[in-house]
Amino acid sequence: MRFKRLWAIFNTRNREFFRDREAFGWNFLFPFLIILGFGVIFKGDYLSPFKVGVFPVPHTVSVAQSIDNLPDSFTAFKAIAWVGVENRIHGVEKLKHHKIDLLVEAGTQPVRYWVSDSSPSGAIVERLLKEALAPPDSGDRFEKKDIQGLQIRYIDWLFPGILGMNMMFSALYGVGWVVVRYRKNGVLKRLKATPLTAFEYLSAQLLSRIFLLMFTLVVVWLGCNLILDFKIYGCLTNLFVVFLAGSACMTALGLVIASRGTSEEFANGILNFICWPMMFLSEVWFSIEGAPAWLKTSAKIFPLTHVLTAARKVMNEGQGLLAVMPELGILATMTLTFLLVGAALFSWNK
Amino acid sequence: MRATDCADPLMEIIDVEKHYKRLRAVDGVSLAIWRGSCFGLLGPNGAGKTTLIEVIEDIIAPTAGTILYKGERRAAQFRQEVGIMFQQTALLSFLTVAETLETFSRLYDTTEPVARLMKRCHLGEVKNQLNDKISGGQKQRLLLALALLNRPELVFLDEPSTGLDPQARRNLWEIIKSVKSQGRTIVLTTHYMEEAEKLCDDIAIMDQGRIIARGAPQDLIRTHCKRATLSVPKDQFPQKIDIRHGFCRERGNRIQIRTENVNAVVGQLLSNGVDMRGVNVKTPTLEDVFLKLTGRSLRE
Repeated sequence: MRFKRLWAIFNTRNREFFRDREAFGWNFLFPFLIILGFGVIFKGDYLSPFKVGVFPVPHTVSVAQSIDNLPDSFTAFKAIAWVGVENRIHGVEKLKHHKIDLLVEAGTQPVRYWVSDSSPSGAIVERLLKEALAPPDSGDRFEKKDIQGLQIRYIDWLFPGILGMNMMFSALYGVGWVVVRYRKNGVLKRLKATPLTAFEYLSAQLLSRIFLLMFTLVVVWLGCNLILDFKIYGCLTNLFVVFLAGSACMTALGLVIASRGTSEEFANGILNFICWPMMFLSEVWFSIEGAPAWLKTSAKIFPLTHVLTAARKVMNEGQGLLAVMPELGILATMTLTFLLVGAALFSWNK
Repeated sequence: MRATDCADPLMEIIDVEKHYKRLRAVDGVSLAIWRGSCFGLLGPNGAGKTTLIEVIEDIIAPTAGTILYKGERRAAQFRQEVGIMFQQTALLSFLTVAETLETFSRLYDTTEPVARLMKRCHLGEVKNQLNDKISGGQKQRLLLALALLNRPELVFLDEPSTGLDPQARRNLWEIIKSVKSQGRTIVLTTHYMEEAEKLCDDIAIMDQGRIIARGAPQDLIRTHCKRATLSVPKDQFPQKIDIRHGFCRERGNRIQIRTENVNAVVGQLLSNGVDMRGVNVKTPTLEDVFLKLTGRSLRE
């Protein structure tokens, strides 16, 4: 292996990335906009998961003025968003289409409401309403305890997910799709005609993508942190190590996808097939804590799951490198496996 | 010609085959490429030229056969010593002409200075332009420069002038001639007869995966197309002449005489008082050889 050749390809790939201004801009703008958007939506509070419609509520009247027939314990519940509806027909339509979970007629005593039997959220809100209207004699059956110590905002929990997701898309498309395009248009064939070896080429691609991912990550991090002031309980160096391991693993997976094929459409399909389940099952957006065991086990085949688990341990729980060693070990094993498979399958022109 | 016939071959291709499922793209080709020669590979589209040349270049693996470079199987050093200009190649995006050459120069152990190469290939004016902003002729010259970057002993040029205008094509030929004058070995595939005749010392004609003729351009013409065609205006053609060394036929307002002995026919016409200013003589070309051997024109 000649370092001179590896360095030449490493530099070329970086130059291409920085000079492709549209892609370059989007790589920063995409995660930044998502994080900023969610930061604004969830700032200091959480989004109400339940929606209750109230009718008749004309446009000129606020919903709050129309729900005086409901108990305060129900109307003050923060998890409920109130939706004013002009009449019952519109309200029932919204209920049928799951746009609201429960529909209440304003001013009625006893309270008249509609709920869809096919809506799980509807059943919960109905239960909340019934218990607010006729509270059971609770006595000493329970005792509320406050959470002690760290309380993590949703945006703090989401932040590593968005960074990881951006890393995943950038690594898989930036390597997988680009190399397939190079193979299709003959750039790889031209490189094959030189003394450059496949190992040197793949190593240069891997290192370049890791460098670009980490560079993007740092810039996005600094930009978002300035605006949203994330709470990071762990050590930044440890977090850097976690994301570095994640970048290497994700890029190596990209090299497996890029190892063969000349169809960008097919590569695109494969990338989507991998990216979408990985995005949802790796807990980018929401936890799958309550999901069936087999689903939680399946999620572990994705490198992003381990990246985010480790990143959240460091960021949200303040844990050290020792605590994330299992995830780092899995990522290192996956990286090595992907690299070996990618190198074994790699073809310059097939 | 068998590879073993050559005194000092740079490359020997022995019984090479390349199959794609049922298609025999290259079907038992054997040939030798002489050191310092310009070897031309001619054939219609689909004849197997590009497949054969890419097998020789070690870009694709043969199904069967042996390929020797300097008498041995090709090793890593082969890539250091050959330069390749492919028929269709995209260049790295977002790089300038100079950066492209500098990047590729780092992939070789020994290279021509980039500035000198750019001057030689007339790329100085566009050295700071991005690869996708240069013209077709400039792109071909850049691809040729990439093929010459490592001072190769052997240069492969796969249809180097396809798609170029006549001026750009002639510019490219001049550069190729200068490479040839340095004693480097060139392997050239082309659709253009004029290109083959001007540049090649040795030609192989390929059809349906096989080499069907091989030799120097003039030897091929002499061997396969002996007859020249003289065309005389009908009103100048003597009524009672018996052309002893050729066959006559009427074509519109001219009489065509096909002959192997042009001098004898010209002498006979002169002795019968024919004004030679109206007589055209068409000597056979490689195109005629090709047409005769394959039944197709070169660009079909």
